[in-house]
Amino acid sequence: MEKREEQRTADRKYEYWFAGIKNLSSRKKYMLREHMKSARAVYYIEETKINKLPFLNDREKKILIESKQDKNIEDAYKKLEEKEIRFIPWFSPEYPERLLELPDFPYALYVKGSLPSPEGKKAAIVGARKCTPYGEKYALEFGCELARAGVEIISGLARGIDGMGQRGALTGRGKTFAVLGCGVDICYPREHIGLYMDILEQGGGIISELVPGTPPLAQNFPARNRIISGLADAVLVIEARERSGSLITADQALEQGRDVFALPGPVNSPLSAGCNLLIRQGAGLLLTPEMLLEEWNLSCPDAARKELKNKKKLESQEKLVYSRIGLYPKNVDQLAEETEMEVRELMAQLVSLELKGYIREISKNYYITIQ
Amino acid sequence: MSFSKVLSAAVKGMDIEFVYVEADVSNGLPVFNMVGYLSSEVKEAGERVRTAVRNSGLDFPAKRVVINLSPATLKKRGASFDLPIALAVLAALGQIPAERLRGSLAIGELGLDGSVRKVPGILPIMMEASKENHVACCIVPKENAAEAALVENISVVGVESLEQAVLFLRGKIQLKEVCRKKKNSRVHIVQEPDFADICGQENVKRAAEIAVAGGHNLLLIGPPGSGKTMAAKCLPGILPPVSREESMEITKIYSVMGMLDENTPLITRRPFREVHHTATRAALTGGGLVPRPGEISLAHGGVLFLDELPEFRKSVLEVLRQPLESRMIQISRAHGKYSFPAGFMLVAAMNPCPCGRFPAPECVCTPAQIQGYLGKISQPFLDRIDLCAEASRVKYEDLSAKKRGEDSAEIRRRVCRARKIQQDRYKKTEIRVNAELGSRELKKFCELGSDEQKLMSQAFSILNLTARAYHRIIRTARTIADLDGAEQIRTEHLNEAIGYRVVDKRYWRQQ
Repeated sequence: MEKREEQRTADRKYEYWFAGIKNLSSRKKYMLREHMKSARAVYYIEETKINKLPFLNDREKKILIESKQDKNIEDAYKKLEEKEIRFIPWFSPEYPERLLELPDFPYALYVKGSLPSPEGKKAAIVGARKCTPYGEKYALEFGCELARAGVEIISGLARGIDGMGQRGALTGRGKTFAVLGCGVDICYPREHIGLYMDILEQGGGIISELVPGTPPLAQNFPARNRIISGLADAVLVIEARERSGSLITADQALEQGRDVFALPGPVNSPLSAGCNLLIRQGAGLLLTPEMLLEEWNLSCPDAARKELKNKKKLESQEKLVYSRIGLYPKNVDQLAEETEMEVRELMAQLVSLELKGYIREISKNYYITIQ
Repeated sequence: MSFSKVLSAAVKGMDIEFVYVEADVSNGLPVFNMVGYLSSEVKEAGERVRTAVRNSGLDFPAKRVVINLSPATLKKRGASFDLPIALAVLAALGQIPAERLRGSLAIGELGLDGSVRKVPGILPIMMEASKENHVACCIVPKENAAEAALVENISVVGVESLEQAVLFLRGKIQLKEVCRKKKNSRVHIVQEPDFADICGQENVKRAAEIAVAGGHNLLLIGPPGSGKTMAAKCLPGILPPVSREESMEITKIYSVMGMLDENTPLITRRPFREVHHTATRAALTGGGLVPRPGEISLAHGGVLFLDELPEFRKSVLEVLRQPLESRMIQISRAHGKYSFPAGFMLVAAMNPCPCGRFPAPECVCTPAQIQGYLGKISQPFLDRIDLCAEASRVKYEDLSAKKRGEDSAEIRRRVCRARKIQQDRYKKTEIRVNAELGSRELKKFCELGSDEQKLMSQAFSILNLTARAYHRIIRTARTIADLDGAEQIRTEHLNEAIGYRVVDKRYWRQQ
């Protein structure tokens, strides 16, 4: 029994080497391993035999021969263990079953932390990197409320909606999983290092199909989107432009048979155009987290949702100003025109509202509400 | 008589050194020797003087002439010694009565035809000469006469040619002393942009009013084409009038640079200097082997406008820090230290991000790009700016609106009233405007009531203010209260001041 265990660990370094071969598609790797029965066998295969393999073309044969030159496979695997990165090939029992349903499932996953639980609902929150305060707010809110109800949030750790959704999930004390377009030992974008650490701390995970150390290259990102939607039961698109990566994710999700929901937005906002288009094409209308939870027969935690602050404390002038400020930033001149107040008076009211915590200045003299 | 001596003067930075031009004529080989630590343009004076004397119909005998410019330790530059050299030689030759030259100061460049041409730096020389008892009369180029006459209690004679100067000194002709106009009779009407021409933009107008009223430095942020530059150009129209003293200070600088108008030399308008972002450090602060004033000195008493602030080289912006504090610039050279006045109001304009559209959703910049753009301006530099306002994109309705906004004259009236209040308050101190208040003076002149203190402590914690930001807000609030005519700073003043605060960079884009 012990011996078999030892044998297994020894084999893993070959599997790790095999999974890490660059420029060879998952599908070919799968076929090759099925043919040879194990990666160890692939490593020790003779060159003449490679040339006889029917499903590899010349380029792939060359790649395989070249990669067999690598003699340091033991060290590479050890390094992986040092970095506390788990290597999960497709035939591993831990490998998420739902990913195997994909026609182009990743050959192996590299994981820091944990993987999403097999049971339980998972929602992906995706959207534009450059989002508006409106998108930010709802990504946070959906992330938080769904996480509180026990839904696991899957996203891509990107700037904007992705990060906000995951930050929200952490606020709701839930688990969240980030699927990266680079190696899991690289935090991209760098400013999300805090989020990266917090995700791991709260029992979530960082997942990638790319070998650790792979830099964030643009071509890797569309492929990681299929894993995001593949891992989730439903994909929530918060804000997306009409032609954007988020819409590609939504399309992939539909192909994979996942539910797609989109948050409606103002008709004139370019950042909501993609969402509105999805709704028109029949995507689910995303209005509140409760609606989604109901659909999944999950009880929503008693709405400890923040009540709107007591507006009675505001004076009438402040109320007038406050009523004109929304989630899309407005500047002083715009507000002066709408409220017909003098700038000097308006400025005093704005600062007073800011100090009372109703609004926030996001750029010089541009304000949005905080609810 | 084979020796004579004429008084002249040299400009050294903004300071004046008197120079004695000595001439000795003796028998010997006919040479024209000049000594006294001279630069090449002064050495060339020999040829100019000899030719000019001959072309003026005067006799220049073939004798040995030695000229000495004393003190010999001072490096002499420029062509302004031509006239005194000529006069000294002529006196040594006995063609001019030497006693007439005693007590006279002469300065001017000579042409080969004997004409006397204008030179820079006349005003500071006259100011210095008026302090000296033994200087009774100044002979200056005609073109500089009006400028020289700005100085009272000294008699000024403007000459057009060497011949005229000689005849005057011989007592053959009477040259009228330049009459001093008590006031500039001709009022310069300069067509300049008026705030009434700016449509909308109430926010910027208000910020400009506060900034000018308290002498605060102002930063305008806004998308391209939002009229930041236009607003800045309107500022001269609301600047308070210059006092005689200030006017002389400003004119002195322009005199040294030779930038004065011949007929109306006195500068009665506050300067507005716009500097392009390709400017070098020396262009801004002044410099050169023998330093001359730069843009910040030319903006003394007025506005220095830096458009596209982040495009300036960082090192160029950093040199502004010290003059912004001390209101003067010191330039040190191996041979001495020069200081120039630099009491200007800084107005800067910039876009919120490289594409200029942030925070509108059309903005295409990444956070890293925005940070990089804003990072070009250092925190210490931002710390010296009291007010920051957003200039919004001009809307069509504003462009087509018939009604004009408030005009500059109206705003200027309010500014003047606020300045008057400040003058009265700081009577016994050296402070002129609120912007000059240090933290100690702030405690003395800007006491806050209990409500106001509560507000500030709240703001301090909620808005993450730094101590510097806190002081800036109080200073600005003091000016707003002065505009309001209020003795005490009230909460609404503080609130407005907070609204115009310069946001610290790390909070610029909150995520």
